[in-house]
Amino acid sequence: MPMPIPIPTVSVKNKTIEISNLNFFYGKTQSLSNVNLDIHEKQVTAFIGPSGCGKSTLLRTLNRMYDLYPGQRAEGSIMYRGRNILDPEQDVNMLRAKVGMVFQKPTPFPMSVYDNIAFGVRLYEDLSKGEMDERVEWALKKAALWDEVKDKLGKSGLSLSGGQQQRLCIARGVAVKPDVLLLDEPTSALDPISTAKVEELISELKEDYTITIVTHNMQQAARCSDYTAYMYLGELVEFGETDQIFMNPARKETQDYITGRFG
Amino acid sequence: MSQSALNPVYRKRLLRHRIGMALSVLAMSIGLAVLLWILSTLLIKGFGGISVAMFTADTPAPGSEGGGLLNAIVGSLMMVALSTCISTPIGILAGMYLAEYGEGNKFAQVTRFVTDIMLSAPSIVIGLFVYALYVANVKHFSGYAGTIALSLIAVPVVVRTTDNMLRLVPNSLLEAAFALGAPRWKVATLVRLRAVKAGVVTGVLLALARISGETAPLLFTALNNQFFSADLNAPLANLPVVIYQFAMSPYDNWRDLAWGGALLVTFSVLLLNILSRTVFSQKTPK
Repeated sequence: MPMPIPIPTVSVKNKTIEISNLNFFYGKTQSLSNVNLDIHEKQVTAFIGPSGCGKSTLLRTLNRMYDLYPGQRAEGSIMYRGRNILDPEQDVNMLRAKVGMVFQKPTPFPMSVYDNIAFGVRLYEDLSKGEMDERVEWALKKAALWDEVKDKLGKSGLSLSGGQQQRLCIARGVAVKPDVLLLDEPTSALDPISTAKVEELISELKEDYTITIVTHNMQQAARCSDYTAYMYLGELVEFGETDQIFMNPARKETQDYITGRFG
Repeated sequence: MSQSALNPVYRKRLLRHRIGMALSVLAMSIGLAVLLWILSTLLIKGFGGISVAMFTADTPAPGSEGGGLLNAIVGSLMMVALSTCISTPIGILAGMYLAEYGEGNKFAQVTRFVTDIMLSAPSIVIGLFVYALYVANVKHFSGYAGTIALSLIAVPVVVRTTDNMLRLVPNSLLEAAFALGAPRWKVATLVRLRAVKAGVVTGVLLALARISGETAPLLFTALNNQFFSADLNAPLANLPVVIYQFAMSPYDNWRDLAWGGALLVTFSVLLLNILSRTVFSQKTPK
């Protein structure tokens, strides 16, 4: 049963993505029901909720990652810059070049640090050696990794530490200059220092990018995001400005979850 | 004794651990002992057969003194090299197809099943197959026929290892590449295949090692040639068949050459394996 969505009390911002009446199915199991949500330009939107609530599933519809697996399908509409990306006509590769993603576990490619960054850039841009060098340096600086790896650009990406690998993956995502960045629990495999670095990075990156983050860590959502969506059992329970969700949630379920009196 | 020795659960577990360990060591020793036995026999008997003449002279005529294996070495090298060149691309591409499209696709499942059967098919059957289809039609034995037979044996080995290796690549790595907007063929070649490069090369070497020693399929195809020949369209001398014939001959110099040839084949394969391991283990830090 669709839940009523409170009207967000937000100032008018450009909407990058408008999700309406989204339903998602893994085979016959429905895992998202009637989700309606707007993601605002150059803001950080956090999806929170208990495991299995559908927040990662929702994130993976935004770049049509689910397309890789037969049997998974989405219904409804996701308008991105005026186009419904769920349209079968949508070129998913072009979409993913614009809507980048960073995953829970660091996934460096089996190649050098330099090539890890250049891989994505080469897919859609034809840069000279000098331009590529600049782009790699720019992306690594954006991800606060340049100082640590500038002397080992030729080394394998797998030789870096876990936290460095994750920042390498963020740099890889940033290097292609996407429009939107989707972060799927980007710090859950990292130690507190690396986590802090990634969080700082998120607040810097939102100057240029629209960011959506899935997190299990409510403090993280409170610290880094401008908007928060609380999800439960495949439904969007509440969505609004982060301060309002954490200080003065409209629904009791949200209040119970964020105060730890869940269930 | 320490406190833990008094804990009955721990003591029981320790006992089971020791029994298990003893059995494993026993099994390992039996396997290793047999292997060392074979290798040492080969070394002792084969060393006598190795001489400069082995690499410079052709196989001797019955009753004549001395002789070498030059024609057989050249013939073997030609056929094994050509088979490797044929079976490597076919095997790797087929393995990639199976790994990419193998789930829930009838055609791929059948291919995988047939590959498994081919892997365990007696090699003499492969020899007869090529004999019936090729040799019987062109009406003469030839190096080409031998190459076809060896390729048929090598392809399934490469397919199987490539397929297995590629399926070990975690989905998360593939998703990361797709998330950048990479088309499927680039993900498959630049990321997936690259991630398991060392394993795929090992598969190719395994196939190479396997066909280097195959005798049965060559008996019906390349046969043998007493004289030096580099013509692939004619019967071609090769190490396995020469070893097979010479080992059972009444001449001492022939039997010495057979041992020498066996040593040569075994140690070339061993050397190749060690070389590939050292070269590729450095390139993939894990």
